[in-house]
Formats: sequence, structure tokens, C-alpha cells
Amino acid sequence: MPMILDWGACVLRQAIENLGNRTLEGVWRIGYATRFFLAILLHSGTAFRRFGLTIREMYFSGVLSLIIILVSGLFVGMVLGLQGYETLQTYGSEEALGILVALSLVRELGPVVAALLFASRAGSAITAEIGLMKATEQLSAMEMMAVDPIARVVAPRFWAGVISMPLLAALFSATGIFGGYLVGVQLIGVDEGSFWSQMRSAVDFEQDILNGVIKSVVFGVAITAIALYEGYDAPPTAEGVSGATTRTVVASSLAVLALDFVLTAFMFRGLN
Amino acid sequence: MNKTILDLWVGLFVIAGIAALLFLALKVGSMNTVNTTDSYEVVARFENIGGLKSRAPVKSAGVVVGRVADIRFDNEAYEAAVTIRLDKRYAFPKDTTATIMTSGLLGEQYIGLEAGGDSQKLKDKDRILITQDAVVLENLIGQFLYGKAQEGAPQ
Amino acid sequence: MQNDNLVEIEDVAFGYGDRLVLKGINLTAKRGQVIAIMGSSGCGKTTLLRLIGGQIKPGQGEVRVAGESLSQLNQRSLYRLRRKMGMLFQFGALFTDMSVFDNVAFQLREHTDLPEDAIRDLVLMKLHAVGLRGAAQMMPSELSGGMARRVALARAIALEPALVMFDEPFAGLDPISLGVTGNLIRRLTDTLGLTSLVVTHDVQESLKIVDYVYFVSEGVIVAEGTADDILASDLPYVHQFVHGEADGPVPFHYPAPPYADDLGLGRLRA
Repeated sequence: MPMILDWGACVLRQAIENLGNRTLEGVWRIGYATRFFLAILLHSGTAFRRFGLTIREMYFSGVLSLIIILVSGLFVGMVLGLQGYETLQTYGSEEALGILVALSLVRELGPVVAALLFASRAGSAITAEIGLMKATEQLSAMEMMAVDPIARVVAPRFWAGVISMPLLAALFSATGIFGGYLVGVQLIGVDEGSFWSQMRSAVDFEQDILNGVIKSVVFGVAITAIALYEGYDAPPTAEGVSGATTRTVVASSLAVLALDFVLTAFMFRGLN
Repeated sequence: MNKTILDLWVGLFVIAGIAALLFLALKVGSMNTVNTTDSYEVVARFENIGGLKSRAPVKSAGVVVGRVADIRFDNEAYEAAVTIRLDKRYAFPKDTTATIMTSGLLGEQYIGLEAGGDSQKLKDKDRILITQDAVVLENLIGQFLYGKAQEGAPQ
Repeated sequence: MQNDNLVEIEDVAFGYGDRLVLKGINLTAKRGQVIAIMGSSGCGKTTLLRLIGGQIKPGQGEVRVAGESLSQLNQRSLYRLRRKMGMLFQFGALFTDMSVFDNVAFQLREHTDLPEDAIRDLVLMKLHAVGLRGAAQMMPSELSGGMARRVALARAIALEPALVMFDEPFAGLDPISLGVTGNLIRRLTDTLGLTSLVVTHDVQESLKIVDYVYFVSEGVIVAEGTADDILASDLPYVHQFVHGEADGPVPFHYPAPPYADDLGLGRLRA
């Protein structure tokens, strides 16, 4: 009997110890990540003084994400058009299709889905690239050449992501609305005039569009910061980099959804 | 990758992105919120505002002339105090009537303004004295049924 | 006041976490010499280079480069000092997103305001010195290991540093590339007036080119001397290392409990 008790106490102690270690580790990581984020902001001078560096990264994170963003946007809009029509016609208010498509895209789907796509397309690429640069000692080499890798490599990628994200989200929403228009007006035959005019009267520039843009900027900051951090922090091995890439996609997707909830709660409270 | 071609692509991307933003701003949305600098606020008190919401339109003769800026409950008079933000371009007489109306049978509620005959106009922070509450459908149906029942009673 | 020693390391100790890698190292590198730091894998040679480059700070002791104590420098002066250093990483560490030309031009573009045609001339000169002028427009992924190493060398000497550090320059090279790299280190040191620190475990190749050798084992310097001293040395560790014997002071077996115990033979008998 005392042996079992001993064993139980041992397991319990182990569990508490584990929990403590995990918590400590988590706090340590948060501190490190914050310091990393501040370092990016502090060393952002180069990214703007030599804007060519940032433009180059905008090509890789922004332009190369265009195809997936445009195609997904179109299809999401078309699905919204179909489903929205199905629901709205039971209430006899098909003309409100424009409102439904535009509001769901501009407020939620545009920023969020574009951000999720951006995280898996550009975020993972950023992590893998930085992680491999670290694993092959390119970052060390840069440091030894008296060039700060945070300023030269990390900061331009950060700002490129932050600039690209709202543009991509706007493109997603715009193509989505076009997709909804194609299905709703051209295919099903909702009245074109009421589609656009109802949309215009219901979508507010400040409340809906501007808030959507603010959301996507926040998402851009979150995704690129996570991607860069994971890459910079990745163990310099093959499985280290691959693990970091996975973590980037998971963590930044979760961050986008959680931030979306928080931002939505702030922005649209009191309207309904 | 040639640097000029890369720049060109990024340029195209930025232009397309800004064009999309403009499309959203101009074609999809509109400045529904009346600008604070070009507007004035008046207060109307109602005993029952029904389902009126903040940002609901304020119409006169069917034209949107402003928006509901704020709805508050006055705990002394047990009334709803509705702040209405009106466009500066439109001036209304002091004895204007504010009515809470419903667009269609089940549509959203808005405030209708009906101008009176006073020569003095409403100014910022003024109060609209004549108001008419929202028609609550349940009450209406209740009254109708009650009336019907009374009609049928003697027989 | 020109000090004769470019690099001076005094009683330096360093550890990662609890594990002490270096335990009191003393080392000097005279200007114009090729110095080799030898030792078996994982004995802290690369750590030593990182200390000299100021990428890590020693827990104890002092590292001086060109008379300046690294631990007292702030980031700005450290970066200024690093412009006088070149480092060749084990696998070259070329920037994979740039061509060979841009790799060599990297420091010139970052640290100088030279016009592009002056940069071009300088880069082609450096590439010519390592025999790869013809590969200027290639990408690092198209290079062989030996070529990548030589491009990295051209990059390391781009700003004409006073000190070049080589981290395992001979690892994984075929005999021809091996000879080429060795010769290159000696020749560049002499012609450019560099000081070279070569971290290696390739005894035969490095003894041909070096002026002075330090042997590191278990975090301390166990032997030092000129190439001839080392070859003639009868210290057991050096002898084992130079002649590549499997067993000796460096045991073949990693420390383990007795073999019989591990196999459970002991318990059976009990």
C-alpha cells in the first residue's frame, strides 16, 4: 500500500513539475518573441531606406500569392451567390443578395480567408526560407560580415507582408463580389440594379470596408511576425525547419481566427 | 529574376490592390455615416422605439436626411432618448414630428420626419417635441382580436 | 602602436548551458601567419571562432582582436571591427538567393558607397583570385562543394580584411579541391598580408600550409608548435591524432557502463 502511495505521489509530482516547466517555457518564449518583434520594429530603418529590399519581398509574398487569392476569391464569391440566393429566395428578398455577398466578404471572409491563404502560401515560405538560411549558416555569415540579419533579412520581409496583406484581402473581396455578381445576376438573374444599389446602401465605408482593411493589416502583422519568428527560432536541422513551417501555418491560422473574433467584437459591437 | 521585371510585377500588384480598394470604397460601399462636421444633432424622446437601432436611417419624404446616432434610456422619465444626426443641408421647423416607422411589414425600422409650419428651425442640441412611437405588431394584433371579440360578444 | 599579435585569447572559458566546452584557452595569432586549430570533432574549435568573431561572449577570460577587447565593445564597434574580419563557414554559407557575383559584392554594397562599375571590377578581381571569374553569373545551387568554398573565400576577402577565419575548409572535399583550397589559403595570406585562422581536423593537408598549430582537446590546449614540432611530437594525444589511430587517449568507446552490465549478464550471475 505505501508503495502505491509513493508511486502516486511520484506521478503527481512529475505532472506538476511538467506543468511548471511547460509554463516557464511558454513565458520564456513569449518574452523572446516580444524581444524579437521589438527588434524588427527597431531595425526597420533599412527596410524603408532601401525600399528595393522590401519590394523584392513583396514580389515573393504578395505577387506570388495573387493566383491563389484571386481564384479562391472568385469561387468563394460564387458559392456565396448560390447559397445566399437559395436562402434569400425563401423569404422573397433575392435583391438583398448583393448585401449578403458584399457584407460577408468585406467584413469577414475577405480579410480572414485571404489571411489563411496568405499564412499557408507566404507564411510557410518565409519560415522555411529563414529557417534554411539559419541552418546553412547564412544568417551567421551575414552577422560576421557586419550586416545585421534582422535589419537586412527579417525586417523587409515583415513590412512586405504587412503591406501585401490588405491589398490581397481587398483583391479577394473584389473578386469575390464579382463572383457573386456573376452567379447572382448573370446566371440566376437577380436584378442587376437592385443588386448593386442595395449593396451600396447597406455597405458602409467606415464601418465595413475600413474595418475590414484594419483587420487585414492586423492579420498581416500577426502572420509575418509568427512566420519570421518561427523561422528565426527554428532548430538548424531538416526536421527543425519542417516542424517550424508546420507550426507557422497552425499558429498563424489560429492567431488569425482568434484575432478576428477579438477585432469583430470591438468593431461591430452595438450595431446589432 | 531580372530586377526590373520584378519591380514591374510588384507595381502591378500594388496598383491592382489599390484598384480593388477603390472599387470596394466607391462601388460597393458608400459614406453612409454623415460627417460630424457637416451635421447637427437633435434629440427625440419616445415611449417605445420598437426595434429601432443605432445607425438606422432618418428619412423625410422618403429621402435619407440623417442617421440615428445614439439610443439611450432616460431613467428619470422612463423614456428612450434618441439622438438623431441630421445633414446640415437640411433644416427642419421646430414643430417637426418624428415617427418611428417600418419599411414594409417586416423590414427595418427608421425615423420619419414630417415638417410642421413653424418659422423657427431646429438647431444643434434641440429637442423634437412631437413624437410618435413605434407600432408594435403584437399590440396591434392584440387590439384587433380584442375588438373582434367585443364585436362578437352580444350575439 | 602596432601590436604584433592580431588575435590574443587569454584564459577563455565558455559553456553552452551546463556543459563547459572551453576551459581556459590561451592562444595568440601573429600577423601574417596561418594558424591552425586542430582537434577532434566537437572539441569546441568552431566555438573558438565564434568567440573571436564576437558572436558569443566568453564566460571568463578575454578575447582581443587588433588590440580591442571584444567583451567591452558595443554592437556598433563590434560591427566596425567585424569589417576587418572575414569568415569562411564550413559549407560556404553562400546566400542562396543571390548569384555568385552578388554574393561577393554583398559586403561592398552594404558597407561602401562605391559605384557599381568599381564594385564590378573588385568582385571580378576577387573571383579571379580564387579562379572562378567564369562562374560569376552562376547561382550557388549550381556550384560544386569545392567551388562554393572558393566563392565563399572570395566573399570573405572582399573587403580586404586583416583576419580570415576558416571553419573546416577541407571538410568533404575531393583531393584536387583539397590541394587547391590549401594552396589558396597560403597564397592569399601571403599576397594580401592576411592573418588566417584555420580550424580543421585534416592533419596532412593543413600541416603543409600552416605556420603554427594549436591542438585542442576537452576544452584545453594540449599541444602547440610549428608543423615540424607537431609531426615529431610524442605526446600520446597528438600522436594518435596525427597518425589517425583508432584507439588511444581518445577512446574508441563513448563513456558507458560496463558492457556486461548493459547486456544484463551481471544480474544473471547474481
